[in-house]
Amino acid sequence: MIRSGATTVSSVSARADRQLEHRSHVSYIDKSREYYQAQGYEQAYRWAAFDEVPFVRPETPLGECNVAVVTTSFLHHHDSAFGAPATDKVVYHHPVADTPDRMFTDDLSWDKQATHTDDTESFLPLATLQALADDGVIGSLNDRFFGVPTQYSQRRTGLDADQVAEWCEEDGVDIALLVPL
Amino acid sequence: MCHQTVSLVARRLEAAGIATVVIGSARDIVEEAGVARFVFVDFPLGNPCGKPGDRSMQRSIVSLALDVVASSIAPRTTVQAPQRWGSDDWREAFMAVGDHNRDALRAAGERRRAHQAADATRQ
Repeated sequence: MIRSGATTVSSVSARADRQLEHRSHVSYIDKSREYYQAQGYEQAYRWAAFDEVPFVRPETPLGECNVAVVTTSFLHHHDSAFGAPATDKVVYHHPVADTPDRMFTDDLSWDKQATHTDDTESFLPLATLQALADDGVIGSLNDRFFGVPTQYSQRRTGLDADQVAEWCEEDGVDIALLVPL
Repeated sequence: MCHQTVSLVARRLEAAGIATVVIGSARDIVEEAGVARFVFVDFPLGNPCGKPGDRSMQRSIVSLALDVVASSIAPRTTVQAPQRWGSDDWREAFMAVGDHNRDALRAAGERRRAHQAADATRQ
């Protein structure tokens, strides 16, 4: 048995159910290009790609870290029976103590045939992190979580990223856990 | 697009001295952008933190992400979560293009472009 932190690997067996002949993980860059080409958009989207990647090692032990979540889901509009975002989709923060049972995800391109987003913990793990904080695995769950709209414009996303960085610094966030839909 | 968005935010936070980890299911988009740490969950898009209602799986995946933050020694660290979705049908079905929908997709694109052109004229 190999043990590393919270992760345990107890058995080693080959994937007899899937004998691979080609790469198994889905390429969404390929899929979306082919999909939009079929809609008549000849110009493929230019995805963000960088050689240099910033990297910091946390100086604080995990058991003392304040952890914040960043999501691409949005709060529901309180008055909407049909589902609509609570804002015109601008970068936002919201107290974790007031997390709604459902989040607005209808306009995002997750796989609506294969699954659903009715359980917010499957993409916004606030209760999970609170339980890990209660058990002493992390120091705390940050008092608020952060939401960013998905944009084709990487420049606009850069401005949203500046805002989230400012909020994280205000809150003394040590670790950000970012979860796209 | 969600995966690119959080990757860009992760890069910005890391540059500000905040350690980050992305939990996601679109491996190519995150790795092309380049992030410090990535937990790849090989599921259909929508539930990167574990299957709906499966609290045990959700805790395992989030715990793995925290372990990755604590233990990684270099940027572009990708760790694949061992959990399986259970079927593979979704891999081909999502955003599929084929003879069954080629005409419908072309028509949808034309409607959208006409709509956008009308909006541009009004402004």
